Amino acid sequence: MRESPRQIIVLAISFALLAALPWIAGAVGRPDFVTLGSQACVMAIAAASLDLLMGRTGLPSFGHAAWLGLGAYTVGILAFHARDLGPWALQAWAVWPLAVLVPAALAAVIGALCLRTSGISFIMITLAFAQMFFFLFVALKTYGGDDGLTLRRRSTIPGIAPRDDVAFFYVCLVALVLVLLLLRRVAASRFGTVLDGIRQNERRMMAMGLAPFPYKLAAFVLSAAIAGLAGALHVNLFRFASPDVLHWTMSGELMVMVVLGGLGSLWGAVFGAAAMVVLHAVLAQWTEHWQIVLGPILVAVVLLARRGVWGALGGK
Amino acid sequence: MSVLTRRAALAAAATLAAPAILRAQAAPLKIGFVTTLSGPGGYLGADIRDAFQLAIENNTLGGTPVQLLVEDDGLRPAQAKQIVDRFLKTERVKLFTGVVFSNVMEAIAPDVLDEGGIYVSANAGPSSLAGRGCHRNYFVVSWQNDTLHESAGENANRLGHKRVFVLAPNYPAGRDAITGFKRFFKGEIAGEIYTRLDQTDYAAEMAQIRAANPDAVFQFHPGGLGIAFIRQYQQAGLGGRIPMVVSSPSLDSTTLNAVGDAALGIEVSAQWNSDFDNPVSKKFVADFQARYNRIPTYYASQGFDTALAIAAALRGTGGRVDDTEAFRREMLKANFQATRGKFRFGPNQHPIQDWYAIRPERGADGKLFLKTQGRVLADRGDAYAEQCKI
Amino acid sequence: MILLLEQLLNGLQFGVMLFLMAAGLTLVFGIMGLINLAHGSLYMIGAYAAAWATLQTGSFLLGLLAGLTAAAVIGMALEAAILRRLYAREHLDQVLATFGVILFCNEAVAMIFGRQPLMAGPPAWLSGSVEIVPGVPYPVYRLAIIATGLVVAAGLYLLISRTRIGMLVRAGATHRELVGALGVRIGLLYTAVFGLGALLAGLAGALTGPLLAVQVGMGERILITTFVVIVIGGLGSVRGALAGAMLVGMVDTLTRGFLPAALRAVLPASEADALGSGLSSMAVFILMAIVLLWRPRGLFPAHA
Repeated sequence: MRESPRQIIVLAISFALLAALPWIAGAVGRPDFVTLGSQACVMAIAAASLDLLMGRTGLPSFGHAAWLGLGAYTVGILAFHARDLGPWALQAWAVWPLAVLVPAALAAVIGALCLRTSGISFIMITLAFAQMFFFLFVALKTYGGDDGLTLRRRSTIPGIAPRDDVAFFYVCLVALVLVLLLLRRVAASRFGTVLDGIRQNERRMMAMGLAPFPYKLAAFVLSAAIAGLAGALHVNLFRFASPDVLHWTMSGELMVMVVLGGLGSLWGAVFGAAAMVVLHAVLAQWTEHWQIVLGPILVAVVLLARRGVWGALGGK
Repeated sequence: MSVLTRRAALAAAATLAAPAILRAQAAPLKIGFVTTLSGPGGYLGADIRDAFQLAIENNTLGGTPVQLLVEDDGLRPAQAKQIVDRFLKTERVKLFTGVVFSNVMEAIAPDVLDEGGIYVSANAGPSSLAGRGCHRNYFVVSWQNDTLHESAGENANRLGHKRVFVLAPNYPAGRDAITGFKRFFKGEIAGEIYTRLDQTDYAAEMAQIRAANPDAVFQFHPGGLGIAFIRQYQQAGLGGRIPMVVSSPSLDSTTLNAVGDAALGIEVSAQWNSDFDNPVSKKFVADFQARYNRIPTYYASQGFDTALAIAAALRGTGGRVDDTEAFRREMLKANFQATRGKFRFGPNQHPIQDWYAIRPERGADGKLFLKTQGRVLADRGDAYAEQCKI
Repeated sequence: MILLLEQLLNGLQFGVMLFLMAAGLTLVFGIMGLINLAHGSLYMIGAYAAAWATLQTGSFLLGLLAGLTAAAVIGMALEAAILRRLYAREHLDQVLATFGVILFCNEAVAMIFGRQPLMAGPPAWLSGSVEIVPGVPYPVYRLAIIATGLVVAAGLYLLISRTRIGMLVRAGATHRELVGALGVRIGLLYTAVFGLGALLAGLAGALTGPLLAVQVGMGERILITTFVVIVIGGLGSVRGALAGAMLVGMVDTLTRGFLPAALRAVLPASEADALGSGLSSMAVFILMAIVLLWRPRGLFPAHA
């Protein structure tokens, strides 16, 4: 987990740029950069949570979008019923923790089932559960079904105007920094060391008298909880939740972000997410056929840069 | 020179110069055109766009220089919202049009209207935005979704059908379609199925229609979905056995071309058809064919009428959209000749217009075309107008 | 009763289609150990090439031939250029790279053919319907698909159980290193197997085209269901793919056909249909989850 000097410089510059983004956007007359920055932060949180599973614990989940979507829909559905539930259903302090707890609780049950399998079966069974949630939300016409659920206004945070995009960007940025600090603490803890051990050699951990299952489940739940937070931010950012957020392509994109950045290095997931969001925006501005460029880039990264963008920065 | 006199001098110069020239020097008015160009509904957006562009002469609309910003929403509400967000914030677009599908409309209309923008619909007219949810800056030139299918319900009465099986995709316009059909149809509903908007295999539905054995089938499947539905209906042996009554989205001139003889016998209703005998419509059909080398669908006529409506309003306001009340006053005058003939806005800023029965027939050249039969409904507004309090 | 019969045939037709897709995917996984997300793209390529050639020539059979050729040729080219390098890599790398291939193929097809669907109907001699039992007409074209699929299944069975190539395929699926050690030109075998899988995917695409709309993104929709099929059947097992395909085809079609009707008794039609179609889409994934928990290696594990 030691960063090379080059990586530290890149990190410092990136976060300085990010913190100054609203000014930069104002200076070049592109207010949409702020939205892009928020989007990058949100996806970085989701990707970092997936990296805890894929990179650290060695559990390739192909259903991570489910937790993102559950977090988003928790916020959306509570706001939808705000008239009956009372004003608390629109308050960030009440709703966002629920958006973390709901996915975490479901992940505890589903994780317990999924973790009975491993390898390719694990990939497929996580996909299966995510698809179940996807079709569940498609089926719930009360909440818009596949037309999606519009959030008329963002969750209320005292002191922040709901339509202030710059303020919301800083909310996302602060959330990202807090999540990264938490995940670094986790990585440095005994818990993190055990997860590393499980990834490298599960049998050896068992021989050492450690039952891997509770650790894997805890990682699964923690990862879902953080993704739920990303979902809560996501629905607030676009003021819209749709089953698209739970679709398997979203799970695939999250995996791509993690692998693109570099598996198992927390920063890698962050950079992978930011790179995908920015690449997508830049290419889409440049040509309508941006996918024809992005596709080969992904192939090239796999074939040529095996440790991802972040790993390549580390040198050696 | 004091500020006051300088302003007076400028005003004098403005009155002296030809207004069109003066306006041409300013940046063109940006029109946000978010539409569906890909997938089975792709040609709908393409037809609306092409017809809209046909109405733009020398980059001006109603004497105002305009710039059309066209983007494809891919029939995904989330994507449309992102485009609208960018248009509003970066491009500073005030005037929007182009959306084809009602689920996209329901997602973006609040964004545009909450930001003080204006929306003029060339196609989608969901019920949620026609009644209590109506808005001073939201106009629909095409139709309110229900009325499209009310005409089909009336047409089914006229044809003497007693038991009808109804199908539509499960999205706002699909639900409006069945509501509208049932509002006017006097007989019995033999069965009611909501398909998925992304469904293309209707084998299971065909089996259920056969089992119900109705007098007729009413279905609403716009664009490519309609092609797949009518084809599979024919292949399942239902074509020719159980008549079909539809409204124009399910059988337009493009789908007619694709399904061919399977369309013979289908009864359609619409507010416009390419054989309409009025000068605006005739010129539009001729110009459209000359420029794009295909027969315009009724979607295209709506795109053209929308452009004419916006042009009339812009002519009235002198090309300004920042005073939305002034724009609204001019818009509601509907001071233009529509391709469909009679046209005016109702109290909820949705059209009041006539509806016609049309039917595919074989022309002298052996090709199929849609022929107007007669009027089904006259001066029809919509069922939600009275709930609208503007 | 008549309704049930018709729905069973629909289920069989969908199952056959899924089998054509699943057979190639499961062979490629079983022998080369590759998770190939781009399998759906080959299906799309087959459908586009067939529809385009049919519209150009007016001949359905020429279209079919074009679809098969395009899918097989492009499939083998992909294998030689990119996928071959992924066999020894982790599954994650394979997922990422083949995801990239999907994006590329989708966009390339959109650039060549445009974003609007191609519509080539079935030929006149396969249009219309025949009465399978008195009073129940069934589309000839769907019957033709069922027949084709069953013939292909039988052919595959003979190929794998009776020929030398089949023997190598079986050996390759269970003892990969051994086959190489025996001096078989393993690279050639891999390309051939991949080409066969691509051919079958192309066949599935070309046959489905006249029934549905040929459009960009059609591959991904069937891809995930195909993965469900091969996971249920047991990765690498063609027999499992057949069983899985029939199971998924039937479960999907029957729940879709009857669940909404049952729900309509208690709910408004629009909500019943939404819930019904959502639940029936969930059904196959519930099925997969149950199979995985009960027999993590599927119904017919290849590497028993």
